[in-house]
Amino acid sequence: MPNRLPSRDVAIIGLGWTGSILAEQLTAEGLDVVAIERGPWRDTPTDFNVNTMPDELRYRIQHELFLRPAQQSLTFRNTLGQEALPVRTWGAFMLPNGVGGGGTHWNAEMWRFLPSDFVLRTHLTQRYGAAFLPADMTIQDWGITYDELEPFYDRFEYLCGTSGTAGNVAGRILPGGNPFEGARSRPYPLPAMKQGYGHALFADAARNLGYHPFPQPSGNLSAPYTNPLGVQMGPCSYCGFCEWFGCANYSKASPQTTILPTLALRKNFEARTLCEVTRINLDRTGRRATGVTYVDTSGQEWEQPADLVLLCGFQLFNVQLLLLSGIGTPYDPVANTGVIGRNFTHQTTSAAIGFFDKAKYNFNPFMSAGAIGMCIDEFNGDNFDHGPLGFVGGGYMGQVQTNGRPIETTPVPPGTPLWGHGWKQAIRDNYLSTIFSGAGVHGSFYSYRDIYIDLDPTWKDRFGRPLPRITIDLKPNELRMSAYLTDKYAEIIRAMGARQVVSQPRKGPYSMSAYQTSHLCGGAIMGTDPRTSALNKYLQSWDVPNLFVMGATAFPQNAGYNPTTTIGALTYWAAHAIRSTYLKDPGPLVRA
Amino acid sequence: MQQVTRRALLAGAATLLASGPGVRAAIIRGGRPWQPYAGGPPEPAGSGPWHWFTPEEGAAVEALVDRLIPPEPDTPGGRDAGCAVFIDRQLAGPYGSAAALYMRPPFRDGTKAQGNQSPLTPAARYRAALAALDAHCRAAFAGQPFARLPEAAQDRIIHGLEDSSLQLDGASGRGFFELLIKDTQHGFFADPVYGGNRDMCAWKMIGFPGARYDYRDWIDRHNQPFPLPPVAIGGGRPGWTPHA
Ligand SMILES: Cc1cc2nc3c(=O)[nH]c(=O)nc-3n(C[C@H](O)[C@H](O)[C@H](O)COP(=O)(O)OP(=O)(O)OC[C@H]3O[C@@H](n4cnc5c(N)ncnc54)[C@H](O)[C@@H]3O)c2cc1C
Ligand code: SF4
Repeated sequence: MPNRLPSRDVAIIGLGWTGSILAEQLTAEGLDVVAIERGPWRDTPTDFNVNTMPDELRYRIQHELFLRPAQQSLTFRNTLGQEALPVRTWGAFMLPNGVGGGGTHWNAEMWRFLPSDFVLRTHLTQRYGAAFLPADMTIQDWGITYDELEPFYDRFEYLCGTSGTAGNVAGRILPGGNPFEGARSRPYPLPAMKQGYGHALFADAARNLGYHPFPQPSGNLSAPYTNPLGVQMGPCSYCGFCEWFGCANYSKASPQTTILPTLALRKNFEARTLCEVTRINLDRTGRRATGVTYVDTSGQEWEQPADLVLLCGFQLFNVQLLLLSGIGTPYDPVANTGVIGRNFTHQTTSAAIGFFDKAKYNFNPFMSAGAIGMCIDEFNGDNFDHGPLGFVGGGYMGQVQTNGRPIETTPVPPGTPLWGHGWKQAIRDNYLSTIFSGAGVHGSFYSYRDIYIDLDPTWKDRFGRPLPRITIDLKPNELRMSAYLTDKYAEIIRAMGARQVVSQPRKGPYSMSAYQTSHLCGGAIMGTDPRTSALNKYLQSWDVPNLFVMGATAFPQNAGYNPTTTIGALTYWAAHAIRSTYLKDPGPLVRA
Repeated sequence: MQQVTRRALLAGAATLLASGPGVRAAIIRGGRPWQPYAGGPPEPAGSGPWHWFTPEEGAAVEALVDRLIPPEPDTPGGRDAGCAVFIDRQLAGPYGSAAALYMRPPFRDGTKAQGNQSPLTPAARYRAALAALDAHCRAAFAGQPFARLPEAAQDRIIHGLEDSSLQLDGASGRGFFELLIKDTQHGFFADPVYGGNRDMCAWKMIGFPGARYDYRDWIDRHNQPFPLPPVAIGGGRPGWTPHA
């Protein structure tokens, strides 16, 4: 029998980005909050030591800061007719474990989505007609607009000390920024980062081709900063050990560097680490969450009752816990019924490698940062006419190379032998003079009827529970989009002066071995209709009103940007609704 | 709704959840925990005898890595760089036993997109493939193991593994080639603390400054070579790394 603990106002599942934001917001409201996190406590001075952090083998190759598949995995197949097999080692995406979540080891590329992204189906149907969309594409409007979300985007950016050049302040287009972005109420809190040689050269080439390059919005800070919570951060030193690593400089926006120093001191906050939530408990009506059950490292099971349950466990685990707890109707792609697991998406990234003459070009690829780089947005969303092209979607593209870590980033021209003198010579000849960003083209991934998440019939986790099963493939629309964008991108790399450009548009099938960002989205999406969404526009469960589900889980489809700035904005948006409305009268915030 | 059984719970080893000290569930209240070096330093490979290889296996791997990364006048080959020591130490640890991976049955063959589904650990794959490799060489070269063959013959054998024209008894030749080349390059480029990249030879060869952490004064000096030599986490400056 689980030990039953005294009840709390709020139980938070997972202390990553969204869990930290909500814990801060609700302790500020005076509520008694407990956050339950399955990984260890991690902090800058104790864990991200400047002497041992720049270790590519340990952190990048051996995944020190991530979830281990032995702890929790998933199964994967491309199509409904296949048998899904377990993911035995990570490849296509990386999954979080530990305080800070993905915010610990992310790049901190901090993009807003376009206004049209939030009303995607309406927008595309109006411009191109409903017949233009593939029949099995299930994209939806979000039930929220960019304008509603703007103040909360601003909030998250000022929390993080985001460094960038604004392109649109209150409708005024400003030089040097992204002219396509939605209007922002004020400029970024900090100016843009410095750029390396390769990044700057990309911007020159793009400008010469008639595009409007701008610095990538970055949570690697360009200058010292004190955020609205009074937490101080230092400037980024361009160390080049950023994504997959923790920052030893207090320079990368993360829960550790922006929220936890204040939050941890609050008397009404408690964290329980190395405790994994196994289920959300419901009362007999199935309409009210009574709390959560979790297991500690000794195998002891605990029941933590709470009035309000906030599911903040990252996209995949949010969906897994909903399915395992029997909350909402599981999605059935054949009958096209149910909502939990529906509209699962990822990202469609691609690259073009530029090999330059080593006598003329030295890019010093090792001096870089997770979110450095120069980009263009001409080919994102619906910023360009899709009519003649026969696909929808797009992405930003740029020279966003983050590192010159030699295990990962020693590309050689095609035809180079894999070993021997020829390999050694090619490594020597190309290391300093090659441009390579793995996700230089950061494309959208729209939703489809047969791409979804459910529970696997065969493989189990270490608790004996079924693994989540993902069914996912790259559809012709995404492949056409990737081919078109990668061509445009390769053209810019060529214009930079490369002697050889190797274009790598995304090819199907979706593969578990090819890393494609960790931006999993959907599975319990927000919307206006409980038949096609799991959450209302405040990220509140339609079925269990004292449960809110945070994160990219709520995205009806993924745009051509990184998700976390939108995740952070939605979290502040939900926190605002909880504080201003829900707590006064707990119940559904939207009548179905 | 899924129930968790007590027995299944106890099977979940605490060491899975995190490495280093502090792998016990904890309650955190009233401030941030302060446990210096909670992340823990890496474990140095150290010198001395093989940890995992038999002497014959060690000799074969030293010969293999020295053909994959051959010595040249100004840079050492895989053997002197320590790649075999690196692989040995890795196979003796969690990498070799696949401790972090999902290794629950059933094991079934899938599509290429579904990734590796082998029930064998890396350590087991090396043991089987190295035995088969030496057996093949002894049969084909008058009783000589791989390590004793002339370089040209060694190269031909590696080419055979690479293009699958040479099959190993009971082990995939191409699979072993891919595993070996990956581990050899990891050892060559990883920090010297792990046994390879001795004296940062690989980093010097390509111009990577290693574990430096601050390029603020150089990031916008475009197209200018970085002037400082590399540093490493395990031993710091050239000449500090202990030799095996
Ligand atoms: C290598 C990498 C690079 C990235 N770069 C970028 C980027 O540049 N820009 C961007 O926008 N996004 C980026 N991301 C994505 C970003 O990290 C996530 O979008 C973000 O962290 C999501 O916030 P979250 O709160 O939903 O989940 P997380 O921050 O991941 O937090 C979830 C937490 O819940 C815990 N948890 C899960 N299940 C349970 C359970 N059952 N019980 C208890 N605890 C549980 C996890 O351990 C984790 O700590 C990157 C991700 C990775 C892995
Ligand atoms: S690149 Fe900058 S923000 Fe990233 S880890 Fe290094 S110092 Fe920190």
